[in-house]
Amino acid sequence: MIRTTPFSAPAAPLSAPLSTPLTLQLKYFASLREGLGVAAETWHSHAPTLGALRQELAARGGAYAQHLAPERTLRMALNQTLAEADTPLQTNAEIAFFPPVTGG
Amino acid sequence: MPRVTIQTQPFDWAQEVAQLHAQDSRVGAVCSFVGTVREYSPPAEQGAASSDATIANNIAYNAVHTLELEHYPGMTEKSIEAILDLAQQRFGIFASRVVHRVGVLQPLESIVLVAVTAAHRGQSFQACEFIMDYLKTQAPFWKKEHTPQGPRWVDARVSDDAALARWGVHAPNA
Repeated sequence: MIRTTPFSAPAAPLSAPLSTPLTLQLKYFASLREGLGVAAETWHSHAPTLGALRQELAARGGAYAQHLAPERTLRMALNQTLAEADTPLQTNAEIAFFPPVTGG
Repeated sequence: MPRVTIQTQPFDWAQEVAQLHAQDSRVGAVCSFVGTVREYSPPAEQGAASSDATIANNIAYNAVHTLELEHYPGMTEKSIEAILDLAQQRFGIFASRVVHRVGVLQPLESIVLVAVTAAHRGQSFQACEFIMDYLKTQAPFWKKEHTPQGPRWVDARVSDDAALARWGVHAPNA
């Protein structure tokens, strides 16, 4: 049985955040770490994917805009596993950005 | 003995290989690879095509005083463990071992050891090469060369991606 209420619930104001931001632990390595001058930082984000997070970080400007620019070849890891731009984010994730690897 | 060790100090590869073989009487083949620090690094674009003659003539090559290796602690071990699992499934090897050095290294020093045991030589050769091809393009290490012209981060090579692609694995790095 469906019951209808006489009054609709008040809509959330459009300016309110959609949800609690994700808390992410960011890590940078090698030439990227040197270029940013940062090895690790905590970041709060609403970005749905790794690729969106990269764009959001690049939008901070300065060294971030330069070193995370779309034409830079970078690899990404989510919780210490290589991941792609369309990989969804989860809160408390450890995210790493780094240049192509050169070990061995 | 752990399968994967990341360390700053040198390793004794003869001892590592002997320990891996141990008392396993199923083993008919032990294959190992040791990567070492060269004194000269090829220029960025010509690495794959350069010949030994070019090295001897030392024309366009950069002298390397020291090599510095950075890695991503935690992910490095995890990614190499995953590579060894793949090799085990694919080639049916018995045991495998990777030792990779990080920190500051000099020319002539060893950087990496890959060793496997198997019933037959074919599997062992293939597994060793597979593990190295994977490691070079998928494990989070970065080399920085210190040369008379200053430090430079080593560029990843498309030829290394092609080496991994031979195994049917397409995971471009460079």
